[in-house]
Order: sequence, then C-alpha cells, then structure tokens
Amino acid sequence: MLKLEQRPEPSRLWTYLTPPLAVAVTMIAGGALFALLGKNPVEAIATIFWEPLFGEFAFYYGPQLLVKGAPLILIAIGLSLGFRAGIWNIGAEGQYIVGAITGAGAGLAFYPADLWVVFPVMVVAGAAGGWAWAMIPALLKLRFGTNEILVSLMLVYVAEQLLAAMSLGLLKNPDGFGFPGSRNLQQYAPAHNAELVAGTGMHWGVVAALIAVIFAYVLLNRHVLGYHIRLTGQAPRAARFAGVRPKRLVLFCLGMSGALAGLAGMFEVSGPAGQISIDFNVGYGFTAIIVAFLGRLHPVGILLAGLLMALTYIGGEIAQSNLGLPAAAIQVFQGMLLFFLLAVDLFTNFRIRVIRPETA
Amino acid sequence: MRLEKILAGAILAAGLAVPAAAQDPTKVGFIYVGPIGDGGWTYEHDKGRLAVEEHFGDKVETVFQESVPEGADAERAITQMALRGADLIFTTSFGFMEPTITVAKKFPDVKFEHATGFKTADNVSTYSARFYEGRAIQGHIAASMTESNVIGYIASYPIPEVIRGINAAYIHARKANPDVEFKIIWAYTWFDPAKEADAATALIEQGADVILQHTDSTAPQAAAEKAGDVITFGQASDMAEYKPYPRVSSIIDNWAPYYIERTQDVMDGTWESQQVWHGINEGMVEIGEITDAVPEDVKTQALALKAEIASGDYHPFTGPLNKQDGSAWLAEGETADDGTLLGMDFYVEGISGKIPQ
Repeated sequence: MLKLEQRPEPSRLWTYLTPPLAVAVTMIAGGALFALLGKNPVEAIATIFWEPLFGEFAFYYGPQLLVKGAPLILIAIGLSLGFRAGIWNIGAEGQYIVGAITGAGAGLAFYPADLWVVFPVMVVAGAAGGWAWAMIPALLKLRFGTNEILVSLMLVYVAEQLLAAMSLGLLKNPDGFGFPGSRNLQQYAPAHNAELVAGTGMHWGVVAALIAVIFAYVLLNRHVLGYHIRLTGQAPRAARFAGVRPKRLVLFCLGMSGALAGLAGMFEVSGPAGQISIDFNVGYGFTAIIVAFLGRLHPVGILLAGLLMALTYIGGEIAQSNLGLPAAAIQVFQGMLLFFLLAVDLFTNFRIRVIRPETA
Repeated sequence: MRLEKILAGAILAAGLAVPAAAQDPTKVGFIYVGPIGDGGWTYEHDKGRLAVEEHFGDKVETVFQESVPEGADAERAITQMALRGADLIFTTSFGFMEPTITVAKKFPDVKFEHATGFKTADNVSTYSARFYEGRAIQGHIAASMTESNVIGYIASYPIPEVIRGINAAYIHARKANPDVEFKIIWAYTWFDPAKEADAATALIEQGADVILQHTDSTAPQAAAEKAGDVITFGQASDMAEYKPYPRVSSIIDNWAPYYIERTQDVMDGTWESQQVWHGINEGMVEIGEITDAVPEDVKTQALALKAEIASGDYHPFTGPLNKQDGSAWLAEGETADDGTLLGMDFYVEGISGKIPQ
C-alpha cells in the first residue's frame, strides 16, 4: 500500500527535478492528445520543441523566441518577488496595458519631433504607468485591508476598457480614416524600440529582461530586502520579529511588479506590436504567472521557463500551420504544463512510503 | 538589415527553385482571427479556402492558421507562411492590416490580400463586402416584426464597417416603422460566445425582441431561443441551425468566388494590387433564406428591396439624410460616396447614444 507522508522540509532535489519532469509528462500526455486528434504525436512534439530552434527557418524563429520570451520574463521576475513574500499580484496584465498606454502616450506626445530623449522618456513613463496601476491594489490593501488578488485582477478589466477608450479616442491615429488604433510607433524612429542588431530579435525589452534577472538574483541573495522578502514568505511571524515592515514590503513588491509589467508593455507597444490597439494585450500578464511558478520563483529558473514558454508558443504556431493542429489543442498543451507542474510538485513536500499491509 | 538580407536570400533561393519545380502547386495561405468552427466569420472564410481546394484540386495547396491574435503575433504567423513558400496569403481580419503591410515589404514576390482594411501596396490588395446592403434588408424585416419597438444591436468594434451596418439597418428600420428605437451594446470582440450571450441577454432584458449582431458566434441566437419570443439574424454565416426561429434570415459572406479568382490570377501571373468592395450584385453578400416566421408581405418587401439594391436602382444610403447632430449629410436623392462610407464615423439622425471614443 502507498501512503503520502509529509516531508519535514521541502526536498531540494525535487525542487529542481519537478519542472523538467512536468515538461516530460506534458510531452507524453500532449502527444497522446495529438494522437487522439489523428496527428503523428512524435512529429507534433518534435515540431513544437525542435523546429523553432534547429529547423529550416531557425534563423527567423530563434530571434522570435527572445521577442516572445522577453515580456514573459520581465513580468514574471516582478511577480516572483511578491509571490515569494505571499503578496499576490494577479493583475500584471492590467499593469502591462497601462504601461503600454503611458509609454506610447508619452512618445506620441512628442510626435513628430526627432529627439533622442523621446525613448528614455517613454521608458520612464511606461514603468511609472505600471507602477501607478499596481499602487491601487497596494494602497487599498494597506488602507482598507482589501484582498490584492481580487483588486488587481479586476483592474485588468478596467485597464482593458481604458485601452479601448485610448484606441478610439485620445491616442487614435489622426491619419487613420476613423479606424481605431494609434499611430504606428515603428514608423516614428525616435520612439521605435527597434532591434539593436538586425535579425537577432534583441530589442531593449530583451536587455531589460536580462537586467531584471540579474537584479532580482542579487536582490534575493545579497540584499537585506531580499532576505526580508524570503523570510516573510516562509515565516511571517519570524519576519516581524526580524524587523520586517510588512506595509513597506507590500508597497515594494506590488510596485516593483507593476513597474516591470509596465515596462514590458511599453517595450512591446513601441517594438513588436507597434501601436496601441483594442486587442493590444494577448495575455502575457497571465502567462507570466505560469512562467514564475515554472521557474520556481527563482530568477534563473524564470529565465529558462520564459524561454520554454516562448518555445511552446512559437512551436505551437508552427505545428498549427504545418500540421493543421487546432489552436485549442496547443492551448490545452500549454495548460497541461502548469497542471502537471502543480501535480508533480506534490513530491517536493510529500514523499511516498510503501506500507506493508499488516497481517490481521 | 541582416534579417531582410536573409529573407531576401530565402526568397531568391525559392525563386531559383521555381523552374526545377514548375509542377509545384500554388500555395495559398489563410490567417484567421477566430477558430474555423466559430459558425460565423472565420467559418465562411474557411469555406472559401475549401472551395479553392475543390476548384483547383492538385494545383493548389492551402494552409491556414486559426485564432491568430490581432497584434505582434500576427506578424509572425504571416511571416511564417511566407517563409514556407506561400504564393498568396489572405489575412482575414481588420487588425491584421499593419502586420500584413510590414510582412509584405519583406516578401515582394508574395501576394497579400487583406480583408476589410484600407492600406495597400504593390503586393497588397484589400477586399471587403458591402455588408451594409444586407443590413438594410435586416433593418426592414426587424422593424416590421418587432412588437416592443426596441431592436437590440450587438456591435463589435466602433470601426467604420460596423457603424455603417448600424446606420444602414437603422435607416431602413425607421422607414418600415417610425416608432422603432435601437439599443446598441459594444462588445469589443469579434468572437467571444460568453460576452455575446451576456450582451444579448442584457438587450432582451431591456425590452428588445429583435437582436441584430455584428459578432461572429451563435451565442446570441442561443440566448434568443432561450428567451422564446425574440428573433435574430445569422451573421457572416447562415447559422441555419437556428432556423426557422429565432433566426429568420441572415447575411452570408460568400468569399469563395473571390478566392478562386485571385488564386487563378496568381497562377496566370496576372495578379495586380486592387481594392475590391463587392455587394449583393457580385454575390459576395448573400441573404440567407427568409423563413416562414416572417409574414408573407414583409418577406415580399424584403426581397424587392434586395432586388433593387442588387440591380443598382437603389442605394441604401440615399438622401435626404442627416447626421446624428442634425447637420445635413445627403440631400434629396443624393447617394453616399464610397469614401465617406469607408471612413464612416458618425451615426445618422435618430440613433440615440454615442459612438465610443
């Protein structure tokens, strides 16, 4: 007979083992799903994981991994700080949208001036926009004790309405024949977040994501604030004795994740997306939650998880177009990843003991 | 610009390979905004794709990608199709306009066709249908059948195409029944069954007994069926499974002839950039069966209106018409020009509420 038994403390081995294990199990279950849909499972899995990296058009897909992964990593790094301290910002999508709006808005305010200062101003405005949007749940939590999960999540829908209003009103392209959407920032050089080296996918957002990874690593391992974050998550009572001021921690964690999400939105709107439009957001803020957990809330883990997630997106698109897999099957496949991660995560905190049935 | 060079190299290589593989089928790609099973907009585009396959047999190969978000991801989806050797790519939603133009610049030898947009290039055409012609007929039937005199309208995005539809329906509803009033909900989606169902329910609760929709799912039809005494119209596709009631008629987008024609042009090397806007006359807009739930005289009037529009004797936007603010738009007998219609950003007189902005 098998019995689950709680470990005295989480297993370090399993902490590192669960993400690759979850990926492996997802491949098997996903393969079974694809087989049921009448596709060759090996070919489908190979297309998703192999084709973008080593296939015929890897020169195009490789850089796209960075483009797709950068916002995920940037947002997930911010979220992981709060998640470690038990502060749950679920509304990164909203902060991402608002950062894009303030960033693009700041840039368009200069249009058509050709000044070098435009882009730096947009960076600051994007971060500030995301930060301000995250301050709403933070201040409500501190002042009235509201639940930041609900408030930040609901603010996503408010941000979506704001996005629609901006696309149709204030930021609408005056030369757009009445169609919604802002001017295309790709065509306004001082505000364009172009590739730093053409053909590499490296834009300022990718650079920012890498800096965020290093910054978070140093913060968590070398700085007293990082220690406080970890302590609060693991032992809130002990944290209080150690001099942690929980209110300041809430402000810091929500503010930081909001600012990073805002930056991600700003880099996206000024680069790959190009314009504010009603459908600008595609769920990076929510997917980043998966990335944060898949990366074990560890900066380096998040870096890898973000790239893996980007791989499933891009490989999934290729599988759709080459093999005719339905879009929904790819989404199920991505959902499985989180599902199996949570499932195998059981082994981090529990172990299985074999109990011999006692003779009666 | 290394990527451009690589892409250009890839295209060149593909170009050089052509003589050796002259028997290669023409590859036609489709980028869809919704799932092919939406029962509406994307479903009809995919029917067009299947018609191309059936018409040309082995001479074509088609590929498609569904549920492509309008934004940065669309650019990758289109690039991917071009890289894999598509000769002709149809991008079938308004939001794909910018990405289509961007990708088209990098692949000068690939032909692109963008539905419902306004930006063209040497290798980018636009095509759309005069859906407003069908809306006029819907407005007439709706206003003739309503008992509450409240017509609900589920609008998607406040772009000219949608505003045009509202105006066309309203003008002809008022002609048939001067007491009728429109309630409009903006759903900000092309396809979201849950949101569409919510919108339909909200409109029914506000007294609407007719629901017109500019969104692509059949959720409003289901909501109307549940309510019992509400009629609807199929949007983009026939939505025949809700016949004869609540769905009493429909606007069907028939893209097949256009897709076949343009594929043929590419095969013959006669493809040229153009802007196409076809209506009932050309068969791009079809009126689905008007069911027996519609009184005989209303049906006769509706079919007469359809015949008049098709023959060109009547334009759905014929003066005298004023704008919502009361200012004059079209004088007696004057008809709207295509430029104004394509950029329409105002309601006609009588519609209450404001276009979101």
